[in-house]
Amino acid sequence: MAMDISFVVNGKRVNIYGNPTARLLDALRDYCGLTGVKEGCGEGECGACSVLVDGKLVNSCIYPIAKVEGKEVLTIEGFRGTEKYEVLKESFEAAGAVQCGFCSPGMLMAAESLLRENPKPDEVQVREAISGNLCRCTGYNTIVEAVLDASIRGEGLW
Amino acid sequence: MVEAYKPNDLKEALELLAFNDCTIFAGGTDLMVKRKRWSGLVPSFEKPVMFISQLQELREVTEDNGMLTIGAACTLSELIDNELIPEHFKTVFRQMASPGIRNIATIGGNICNASPAGESLPLLYALDAEVVLQSSCRKVELPIAEFVQGVGKTLLKSGEMVTAIKVPKSSFTSITYRKVGTRKSTALSKLSFIGLAASDEEGLQDVRLAFGAVAPTVVRSRDAEEDIIDMLKLGSLDISQIIDDYSTLIKPISDQRSTALYRKKACIRLLVDFIINSLAREVVR
Repeated sequence: MAMDISFVVNGKRVNIYGNPTARLLDALRDYCGLTGVKEGCGEGECGACSVLVDGKLVNSCIYPIAKVEGKEVLTIEGFRGTEKYEVLKESFEAAGAVQCGFCSPGMLMAAESLLRENPKPDEVQVREAISGNLCRCTGYNTIVEAVLDASIRGEGLW
Repeated sequence: MVEAYKPNDLKEALELLAFNDCTIFAGGTDLMVKRKRWSGLVPSFEKPVMFISQLQELREVTEDNGMLTIGAACTLSELIDNELIPEHFKTVFRQMASPGIRNIATIGGNICNASPAGESLPLLYALDAEVVLQSSCRKVELPIAEFVQGVGKTLLKSGEMVTAIKVPKSSFTSITYRKVGTRKSTALSKLSFIGLAASDEEGLQDVRLAFGAVAPTVVRSRDAEEDIIDMLKLGSLDISQIIDDYSTLIKPISDQRSTALYRKKACIRLLVDFIINSLAREVVR
């Protein structure tokens, strides 16, 4: 039975009347047009669909919209306008941490989630924080380097 | 599209369950994968779905008279951050899945899924955890080893819900947990091992060993544990006897993650390593 589900995406109120077991991923991409949220594996293994729900990193491909009722979702599109995003973006560019780019939105959300909780992470903590995000291009070292660099250059932002 | 319920409190949830055979949905990290269809399609559920992760009664952790009660819908991340949760629990939880999944997945879900590779299970077996089952008319507590019956099978009946896990608080002087998987994160284990021991001035008092993913349910033998304690007390440690005891209990299969041979060998080596490097040291203390 369809349910009324109301939540906030990137600061804007969204109301959906739909199947409560629908994936948040599909609601964001198809209903909200937020295609920065990628579908990789569709089963919570790759992290390409990572978004923040009430500030916590989640895999939107295994998150039903029923559970997002009353919550706030942040996707890469909402994060893009911020100063923190700019710092991370520059660090990713400088380190060569973006190649095909498919993992990048999820990777940036995982990095943001880490830095919110721990503004001065060490390498092990960065590797742990992005451990649910697969990247088939970079071999991860440049991504780890980028997040560490952003934490230094962006000191005071997080 | 099936019916979906999102009750406001536990009482309402149990009343709904009494008259509706529902699929209980907590974190959903297993359910959404099992029920997934082609990309873009809504996951398919045959039975009405009841969402329970919003129920406050299922999200609390309390400690009373040496008994730790963990709400079934607590996420792994919440438990890692909770100061009432002992460190040896956190060691296990931190190695489960990945940060995004730990923010959604619940301890109750891991138990009810009853996967041989369920990673909270060896810990809970070793700690003699009890599963609290509630329906609209009764509340029972079952030892976890009774509750989990086999691969994906539990004693949960229609109308019932797992509301909490109770674990007697105990302290250990030696704690070893090893998860063996293809990669550290987001991997189901090929096998896992937990070894707990407690000793005082009079010597070794308590040994608990549990193995995951090497039989339909977690392998733990109180008899074998008692034998180990007796052997160490008498100073007559017979490792080959202990290996024999556990070899009959550890019955792994070969599947896409590992082979039976590898699983068994690795288990025995972890067992021997724990006895020689942790237990023998406890005796010397």
